[in-house]
Amino acid sequence: MATLEVQGLEKNFGGVRAVQDVSFAVGPGEMLALIGPNGAGKSTCFNMLNGQLKPDAGSVRLLGQDITGLAPRQVWRLGVGRTFQITATFGSMTVLENVQMALLSHHRRLGGLWRPVAGMEAAPARALLERLGMADQAGRPCGILAYGDLKRVELAIALANEPKLLLMDEPTAGMAPQERVSLMALTAQIARESGIAVLFTEHDMDVVFGHANRILVLDRGRLIAEGAPAAVRADPRVREVYLGSGAVTGAH
Amino acid sequence: MENLVLQALSGLASASSLFLVASGLTVIFGVSRVVNFAHGSFYMLGAYLAYTFVTQLPRGHLGFWGGVLGAALLVGLIGLVVEVLLLRRIYRAPELFQLLATFGVVLIVQELTQMVWGAQDLLGPRAPGLRGSTEVFGLRFPLYELFLIGVGPVVLGLLLLLFHRTRWGTLVRAATQDREMVGALGVNQRMLFTSVFFLGSLLAGLGGALQLPRESVNLHMDLSIITEAFVVVVVGGLGSLTGAALAALLIGELHAFGILIVPKITLVLVFLVMALVLVVRPHGLLGKPEVAARGGQGSAEPMIGPAPAALRWLALAVLALAVVVPPFLGDYAISVLTELATAVLFAASLHLIMGPGGMASFGHAAYFGLGAYGAALAAQWLGAPMLAGLALAPVAAGVFGLVFGYFCVRLSGVYAAMLTLAFAQIAWSVAFQWVEVTGGDNGILGVWPDAWAAPKLVFYYLALALCIGATLLLRRVVHAPFGYALRAQRDSALRAEAIGIDAFRTRWLGFALAAAAAGIAGGLFAYGKGSVFPTFMGIPRSVDALLMVLLGGVQTLSGPIIGALAFTGLQEQLVRLTDLWRLILGVVIVALVLFFPQGLAGAVRARWEARHGDA
Ligand SMILES: Nc1ncnc2c1ncn2[C@@H]1O[C@H](COP(=O)(O)OP(=O)(O)OP(=O)(O)O)[C@@H](O)[C@H]1O
Ligand SMILES: [Mg+2]
Repeated sequence: MATLEVQGLEKNFGGVRAVQDVSFAVGPGEMLALIGPNGAGKSTCFNMLNGQLKPDAGSVRLLGQDITGLAPRQVWRLGVGRTFQITATFGSMTVLENVQMALLSHHRRLGGLWRPVAGMEAAPARALLERLGMADQAGRPCGILAYGDLKRVELAIALANEPKLLLMDEPTAGMAPQERVSLMALTAQIARESGIAVLFTEHDMDVVFGHANRILVLDRGRLIAEGAPAAVRADPRVREVYLGSGAVTGAH
Repeated sequence: MENLVLQALSGLASASSLFLVASGLTVIFGVSRVVNFAHGSFYMLGAYLAYTFVTQLPRGHLGFWGGVLGAALLVGLIGLVVEVLLLRRIYRAPELFQLLATFGVVLIVQELTQMVWGAQDLLGPRAPGLRGSTEVFGLRFPLYELFLIGVGPVVLGLLLLLFHRTRWGTLVRAATQDREMVGALGVNQRMLFTSVFFLGSLLAGLGGALQLPRESVNLHMDLSIITEAFVVVVVGGLGSLTGAALAALLIGELHAFGILIVPKITLVLVFLVMALVLVVRPHGLLGKPEVAARGGQGSAEPMIGPAPAALRWLALAVLALAVVVPPFLGDYAISVLTELATAVLFAASLHLIMGPGGMASFGHAAYFGLGAYGAALAAQWLGAPMLAGLALAPVAAGVFGLVFGYFCVRLSGVYAAMLTLAFAQIAWSVAFQWVEVTGGDNGILGVWPDAWAAPKLVFYYLALALCIGATLLLRRVVHAPFGYALRAQRDSALRAEAIGIDAFRTRWLGFALAAAAAGIAGGLFAYGKGSVFPTFMGIPRSVDALLMVLLGGVQTLSGPIIGALAFTGLQEQLVRLTDLWRLILGVVIVALVLFFPQGLAGAVRARWEARHGDA
């Protein structure tokens, strides 16, 4: 069974048809890239998948269960981790505490009034950071972190609830080219090992063509192409959408 | 029937005056986002200055109207000076900090006004040409009131013209709609803010000056008008001129007819309506939601860590003094110390909402008072022993915290703050007007501790133990997962929801917890004083709590404790030593805002961190 199944998703903002009739599926361990020019509707799609926006039409199924219209925190409880295009972390907490919060919430221990957080879930949080190469930053406040590092923190947070599905909106924005590739390689590895389905958007075509198993191309709210990287790269409609930007052929 | 028409007309006249003041407030808020408490002081100054001008100038039209306009203009200039000297420096400070600064101005103006004009009420002359009355449906109606009814719409029209037909007005509207735009305005920004302050203060001054023929000029005008004006501005929607006009109309008529229909709850009617409006429309009648700041990073609030060793030692030393010294003190000093202990807990409880919670409360005294009344009512009507009363206090306050908080924590910023104020005023007026149960203004007397705790010293130790214990408990909560969840939703509601945290529930429970803690303080305060009064829930007490927290610093856990000690101690000493305590307190507050924008504890912490490397 597919991890995520999307049918006929649609969203309008006033007159703007941000997403129209989008359908696709992602399976366990698969890296699916959603690409398209600025304003194509990628983030809007993501927001409908994790419940931040209610779709005007269509359905979202997670492991066969209909999750359309559930609140973000309910979707998260069902095993969906999310990173944001514009990072959202807790600025007054350290990197470690940010991850601890996700773990504590996952184990439903956030009601505690007595035991200090300092000693709770610290070891697994550290292990997650270790895995993402952030161990040396564990004690720094998120409020002063570099943007690329914040993206890693977000990934650590997203992995904390042992997700079945990862939604990553531009996970490598703000990173150096080398970093981008290694982070996505790591993500792909984790996805394979744990059987996590990953849906990500990205403007960096090296990242997309280097790590995606399959690619969806969105233009003005509609899916115009879908398939293996090589096929998508050769698709004339895709070339037309990206014409002039040269993005399909070279680096960002 | 005729009576109703007259009532409606006088409602219109009040609405007009109210609109003048509120329009200035809303325009200032719209552009600068400053919650300007001093606006009421400008209104009062307008009235006093007009009194002086009109009585000094030759009688007649020129003297009167010249005096009124001159007063308005002068108040506008005073507002301009305040903006340039004070507010301009703190636009980047948190909302509540600005409020603190303007409250300092309120105190200063109050004292100066009393020095110049004296404490007694002043009666101004009536307006030439408008002294008499006219017949409306066969009943007499004062001409001056009719004139006032006309002033409101005329000013509204002029303001709308100004905002829609001039370049300056376009800039003002742009700045009101989009905060980011203000930055893009570049060099004009300073001028824009200053000129808006001039206009807003002028309108307040005009509103005050025009009251001259209507009512006596007195020193209470500032605070009584500012609450009403805030209600109007919030009900209308912050920054909306037409909204303010609508709301002024609503509130004015409510006053006029409330007296006829439900005389028992006149005091609370206005606040009930505001609460209702805000529950149904979280941004007022015509307000728009704030354009959310871009980026989900939230404010870069500082972290919260364990107290450094030096601070622990200091705290221990102070605590040791608090335990060892009192046996050598007199009864008066001991009761002051008891009060201090309750102040610390009161401030710490508000801090939980404001600091980690990231919410504002202008009505925290409600829960202090509810705790006090819970204990006192139990003692009075059930004959409950002291310990039962003290146990009931946090329960009563906590339950109301749950009920009121359910509505308050849904809103944000100034709207939330005003809704907390509305509920506090509702609680206050119930205590004030439900005389059979609460004794009304006379309060409930004879709420004394049980025999074993009757000696002042014993009760002091009891209060100290409970207050310090509860304060430490709150501190513990902030370090525990729930406290972290509170901070999480403050830092980034988006991220919090995305990792399964129910932001609303977290805020709600945090609010109720703070209310319960304030209730403990209130209960102890009641037994310490032996009586409770409606003033326990009044606005001044809520403001006291705000001052304590902001003086100490919102961002540190020790802030509220230090703030409570500093504020209560300062006030106590000043009141005893000098008649000018308001002036001095006001100056101290303004100086603190300017020179210690992070509060006392924040400033010490910054020094400390500078000396000991980074945090
Ligand atoms: N909350 C909103 N209200 C109104 N319009 C919106 C809203 N969110 C997105 N849009 C519009 O919907 C369209 C799709 O936006 P979206 O953010 O999904 O694009 P995107 O593909 O993620 O772009 P980018 O690559 O720049 O992140 C755009 O035209 C955008 O202006
Ligand atoms: Mg996007």
